[in-house]
Amino acid sequence: MSDVADRVKKIVVEHLGVEEDKVTDSASFIDDLGADSLDTVELVMAFEEEFGIEIPDDAAETIQTFGDAVKFIDEAAA
Amino acid sequence: MFDLTGKNALITGASGGIGGEIARMLHGAGATVGISGTRVEPLQALADDLGDRVHVLPCNLSDPEAVEALPKQAVEAMGSVDILVNNAGITRDNLFMRMSDDEWQSVIDVNLTATMKLCKGVLRGMMKARWGRIVNISSVVGATGNPGQGNYAASKAGMVGMSKSLAYEVASRGITVNCVAPGFITTAMTDKLTDDQKDAILKQVPAGRMGDAGEIASAVLYLASPEAAYVTGTTLHVNGGMAML
Repeated sequence: MSDVADRVKKIVVEHLGVEEDKVTDSASFIDDLGADSLDTVELVMAFEEEFGIEIPDDAAETIQTFGDAVKFIDEAAA
Repeated sequence: MFDLTGKNALITGASGGIGGEIARMLHGAGATVGISGTRVEPLQALADDLGDRVHVLPCNLSDPEAVEALPKQAVEAMGSVDILVNNAGITRDNLFMRMSDDEWQSVIDVNLTATMKLCKGVLRGMMKARWGRIVNISSVVGATGNPGQGNYAASKAGMVGMSKSLAYEVASRGITVNCVAPGFITTAMTDKLTDDQKDAILKQVPAGRMGDAGEIASAVLYLASPEAAYVTGTTLHVNGGMAML
């Protein structure tokens, strides 16, 4: 697992209070990890800070799963 | 009671009578205050009077870029914004049939749109801190209407609906959003009224007098305090019984 994935996972686990093994690539923040819509906004904020990137609102809407987040950040931070 | 030590408060319209008194009262409770307004001299005079824990943050709320910049300037000056008081407001009264688009839009821009943008601008910090207080200064006429003030009443009623919606969204993060709706308050503006005008106004007020700015500031102080943590989405009417809502 990449360094980005590790750091994203750490944020998700801390923020949503879920078990690490539940955070799979296809795990949806809302449907599988119990996030509400405000949690997803906060996760995006946390990703922005952790990686020093800016995630515009329309891009944020496409980040539904853990895998989506890692992919987006990998590309944005590259 | 009502100890705001360690909290940072941003107050708009602090160059006016009510805003100045709000800044004074929050400061008196221990808060650091960022006082904003269009006119620098009264802000500086207030700052000189308050002494320490004060930052002067001039801002013209009809300038969208200045509005966007204000929360950032406040954070730079104070480190955070824990309490936001949207007090600034303008009137451009006219009969509805004569009201120009510009009279309508300018009042909506300053009273409602700038309030929304400032709320948005401080939310990130409050969400992270899991603590925040937003107090929007509405008006009795937002609830009752007033001839000649279609624009102003719309902006003040809009503020109430907006505050309730935001209150829903952020309640779980320890952030409260409330309104204070003043009735007739003694300010430089009402000092210009004739005695006849004042008598006509006071006939509508069961308390038989105008309120003073300190009575509005006290309501704001309560809603900004840790003690008001369970109060959100409400409008506190401070109007001497003029409208019992």
